Amino acid sequence: MADDALFEFLHMEMVAHVYKQQASRAETEQERTTSVSILEGMGFRVGQGLIERITKDTPGFKDDLDIMKFICKDFWINLFRKQIDNLRTNHQGTYVLQDNRFSLLTQFSNGKQYMEEAPKYLAFSCGLVRGALCNLGLDSVVTAEVSTMPSCKFQVVIQKA
Amino acid sequence: MAVCIAVIAKENYPLYIRSVPTENELKFHYTVHTSLDVVEEKISAVGKALVDQRELYLGLLYPTEDYKVYGYVTNSKVKFVIVVDSSNTSLRDNEIRSMFRKLHNSFTDVMCNPFYNPGDPIQSKAFDGMVSAMMVQAC
Repeated sequence: MADDALFEFLHMEMVAHVYKQQASRAETEQERTTSVSILEGMGFRVGQGLIERITKDTPGFKDDLDIMKFICKDFWINLFRKQIDNLRTNHQGTYVLQDNRFSLLTQFSNGKQYMEEAPKYLAFSCGLVRGALCNLGLDSVVTAEVSTMPSCKFQVVIQKA
Repeated sequence: MAVCIAVIAKENYPLYIRSVPTENELKFHYTVHTSLDVVEEKISAVGKALVDQRELYLGLLYPTEDYKVYGYVTNSKVKFVIVVDSSNTSLRDNEIRSMFRKLHNSFTDVMCNPFYNPGDPIQSKAFDGMVSAMMVQAC
C-alpha cells in the first residue's frame, strides 16, 4: 500500500532531521539521549491523538490487560498493518510485546551491521505506545530492544500511582 | 435543543463549557459540576457489576425541575455533559446519542490537531461552530 511507504519515509526523514538538528548544536555527548527523547516526545503526542480516534467506537475497557490487548491488536493494525505476535505479562504491570517483523526495521540489513542505529528508529514507536496508554489513564515506561534484526520487543512497565 | 454543553477533562476540570442563555451561565456551571458525582458513580458501577454493559453513553444522569442532564464518557475518561430543557419532550434518547456522537467526533478532531495541547481549554473554531449548531438546532 502506498500510505505505508509514506509513513516509513516520513519516519526516516523525521529521524534524520532530528539527529541533524541536534548534531548542528554541537554538544556531542548528550546528543543521542536528547534526540531519542525528542522523537519519543513526538510519538507521545501522536499516540495521544491516535488512541482518541481509534477507541472512538470501542466500548469501555475492563482492566489493564484489556487495554494492552487493544494496543496489540487494533492499535498496532492501525499503525503497522499487523498484530503484535506475542504478548506476555507477569500480571504485575509488566508487559512484553513482541513483533517478529517490525515494519520500521524491515528495511535494515538482517545482520548485526546496523544494530547500533536501531534505537533511533524505535524511539518514536515507544512514544506512540506510551502516549496511547497515558491517554487511557495508565502511566507507563516503554523501552524497546532488538536482538535479531527485524524482530523487536517492547517492554511496557505500568507505573502504579 | 441543548441549553448547555460541557467538556470535562479526565482530572475533572472544564475544558469547554457553553450555555445558551448567557445571563444564567453560573447556574449551568453549577448544574454541570453537580452532575460529575453522578458520572463518577456510573463509571465505577460499570467497572464492578455488569461487564457486558460497557458503553460510552451514560444516559440520563438526573432530571431537575427545568432541565435534564445527560452524560457520556470517552475511553480516555473525558466527560461530555449535555443539558436540555425539560419542556422539550419530543427529544428522544437516540437524538441525544447522536449529539454525543457528533461531539465525540469533533473532540477527536481537536485532539488530533497538532496545535492543540492536550489538557488545555478548547478554543477551536470548528468545535465551537459544531456546538452552536447543536444548540440552535430545532429550538
